[in-house]
Amino acid sequence: MNTLEILFYALSAFAVVSAVMVLVSKNPIHSVLCLILVFFAISGHYILLNAQFLAIVNIIVYAGAIMVLFLFVIMLMNIKLDSEPQKKMIIKFIGVLSGGSLLTLLVALVKQTSQLQGKQVLMKEGTIGLIHPLGKALFTDYVLPFEISSVLFLSAMVGAVIIGKK
Amino acid sequence: MTILALDWGFIIEKLIMIAIVVFASLGIALYTTFGERKVAAILQDRPGPSRAGPFGLLQPLADGLKLIMKEEIIPNAASKWLFILGPGLAMTASLMTCAVIPWGSAIDVFGRHVELQIADVNIGILYVFAVVSMGVYGIMIGGWASNNKFSLMSALRAASQAISYELAMGLALIALLMTTGSLSLKTIVEQQVQGHWWNIVYQPLGFLIFFITAMAECNRTPFDLPEAENELNFGYHQEYSSMKLGFYLFAEYINMIMSSAIMASMYFGGYDLPFFNEASVAPNIAAMIGVGTLLIKIVLFIFLFMWIRWTIPRFRYDQLMGLGWKTLIPLALFNMLVTGAVILAKL
Repeated sequence: MNTLEILFYALSAFAVVSAVMVLVSKNPIHSVLCLILVFFAISGHYILLNAQFLAIVNIIVYAGAIMVLFLFVIMLMNIKLDSEPQKKMIIKFIGVLSGGSLLTLLVALVKQTSQLQGKQVLMKEGTIGLIHPLGKALFTDYVLPFEISSVLFLSAMVGAVIIGKK
Repeated sequence: MTILALDWGFIIEKLIMIAIVVFASLGIALYTTFGERKVAAILQDRPGPSRAGPFGLLQPLADGLKLIMKEEIIPNAASKWLFILGPGLAMTASLMTCAVIPWGSAIDVFGRHVELQIADVNIGILYVFAVVSMGVYGIMIGGWASNNKFSLMSALRAASQAISYELAMGLALIALLMTTGSLSLKTIVEQQVQGHWWNIVYQPLGFLIFFITAMAECNRTPFDLPEAENELNFGYHQEYSSMKLGFYLFAEYINMIMSSAIMASMYFGGYDLPFFNEASVAPNIAAMIGVGTLLIKIVLFIFLFMWIRWTIPRFRYDQLMGLGWKTLIPLALFNMLVTGAVILAKL
């Protein structure tokens, strides 16, 4: 096992354990903090794929901004465990079953995709995750989708301001 | 020496450098608290700490000892783990910035070529930005875990302040990055060493915006709304005692040092000593002069922070938000547009 594989398995184990902790923690604040750990582990994976820009943007946007807002809302709501309505056992069981089957379906679909057949992951090489190639690709090959999505964001911002003013 | 296909000499070199940088930052932070009290004393026309040692120079050690010896209290209703995690996170986040700051050019030690920078990553500035956005977690978690309404209010204030001012900071940075064309701090400093002018000449407005937002991110007066003692008692660290309180106070000073280092590197040439030809002395000596130059620049910035703190009173909360959203962000956007137009015209 070389260093890369050790790092990969360590990060993956860290990500999976944190993700499970998000689900099993009783306290929503603990869940949010574990979710932040998951984002860090995923950023580690990006770095292994030589996508440093994506790694750091993942931390800035998800762990740094969106999760702060999550934490903000949860702290203000101040959820108490005993005051929350608890679901019945049978409903929980059905939820786990349907969620599990959806997961199985998705994994099976991804495994069958023709674009992924016989492909190998590029570790430590490839440049598309670095800032210069990524910027070039966004502003030449994908300039229309890029601009359309930025207009979409702008309209979302304007909408938020208008709703906030009411 | 290759076990696991790693270059262990390289790892040891980096570990030594991390240790030096971290302990130096802690030492400087210790004496920054002393400097703060002396500057405050001079501005208010009083002697300041003068009893412990010559000129009161041992005062920070006495303060540290006092903080360590105090009784450690964890409130009964507090969430214990998060209560301990809060100050630790604040301290870690403020120290993590030092990884990408170029402290000098390279030196040669025992035949090894050692770059005076822990990691020259090609996304240097974005890394700093990510660490800054992590810094708010220490305050939020500590404030919430204290289980005190004042602390919670203060934590929420800190979070909204940090998010609002990060936007203007990012926009000011984008204008600078458009002129430099690189995200690596090392490259940005080297460009200023080689070129005629420091970046401050090209980006005066950007620097002003960056300086104001950096002050807000460090929670320094006039932006110390999170700990406004006459509204919130003491803010997010009200329930903290002993060294946990010390960590929060210390993290603020380390943040100040790191943001001074970043500003010096990005806008004021980093380790570049003006009107001095580095090639005229031995490389090692030139590198050491560079480190000294950067340290002097950092000290000047810290003094500026303190001067402002003891001159300007605190903003009201709505004034703080108004300044951030209605003045700094439009100004930063304007700066970005002008920079872009000038670059286009030059093409």
